[in-house]
Amino acid sequence: MNGLILADASADNIDFMIHGLFSYNLFGHEVWITTSHVCILIVMLVLIGFAIVANRKLKHAKEVPEGLQNVVELMVEKLQGMVGNTMGKHAPKFANWIFTIFAFILLSNISGLFGLRPPTADYGTTLALALITFVLIWFNTFKHNSLKEIWIDKCSPLPPWLPIWLPINLIGDIAVPISLSLRLFANVLSGTVMMALVYGLLAKFAYIWPAALHVYFDLFAGGIQTYVFCMLTMTYISNAIGDDD
Amino acid sequence: MNITGEELILACSAIGAGLAVMSGIGTGIGQGNAAGSAAAAVGRNPGAKSDITGTMLLGQAVAETTGLYGLLVSMLLLFVKPLVG
Repeated sequence: MNGLILADASADNIDFMIHGLFSYNLFGHEVWITTSHVCILIVMLVLIGFAIVANRKLKHAKEVPEGLQNVVELMVEKLQGMVGNTMGKHAPKFANWIFTIFAFILLSNISGLFGLRPPTADYGTTLALALITFVLIWFNTFKHNSLKEIWIDKCSPLPPWLPIWLPINLIGDIAVPISLSLRLFANVLSGTVMMALVYGLLAKFAYIWPAALHVYFDLFAGGIQTYVFCMLTMTYISNAIGDDD
Repeated sequence: MNITGEELILACSAIGAGLAVMSGIGTGIGQGNAAGSAAAAVGRNPGAKSDITGTMLLGQAVAETTGLYGLLVSMLLLFVKPLVG
């Protein structure tokens, strides 16, 4: 029993687990290169390739857009509208980061359609993403607020000379990355497991109609969870900045 | 018929997994409430439909978390089998 990462499903034809490809020793620890790493690499290569092509195209952008330029402009406009609505005047600073995680999570979530195991169905990936959000939240808290303001905020709703409520507020802050990562992870994992069960247990009957399930679990749930992750990240960072001018 | 201790634990884990996903009941009620309120809000103010939809989805995603914790517990019980030594 190697834990969740390398555990095999009990039935032979149901396969939704992460598989180890090869292992190596890192300072005495056995570290595995798994299918998640490979899928992340594929997603990254696709995104980098798209970015290079779009960059070449936009180097000589036309006044009246056509083809790929249309698509890129549409995406950037939509995402800029989303970030601008949520973060207001702080939007330009965070727009690039939000674009990046939006593209990465969306492509990861729908990579199940292309036969990959979604990288976001690995807790390592989502925890890393949520920890970056966590660092951003605290960096911006300390950047935009004085220590006294933070202390008063963490002691609220009680007065600052009575820090009884402080531990509860701190636990609430630590829960942010955990709930953020588990939400994305469990949503994508449930979709992956459901599809594996359909293909594994109902293999003889699984013609055409699983496509509808793919639309729901991969496209709909994947898109919604991407949106939610980015929205929550932006909301938390906006709250951390506060009404600082 | 002899039942070993491990088999007993596995059977109980299956029951526990079923009980754990019952956390979805509360999630379903909560999400339904959110969607119902959003529908009422759109009825009162159709112009704010996109804003309301965004807020509703965000609230539903947060409400979904407890149900997902139940799902994770059942997954752990079924596939990682932490109780089997």
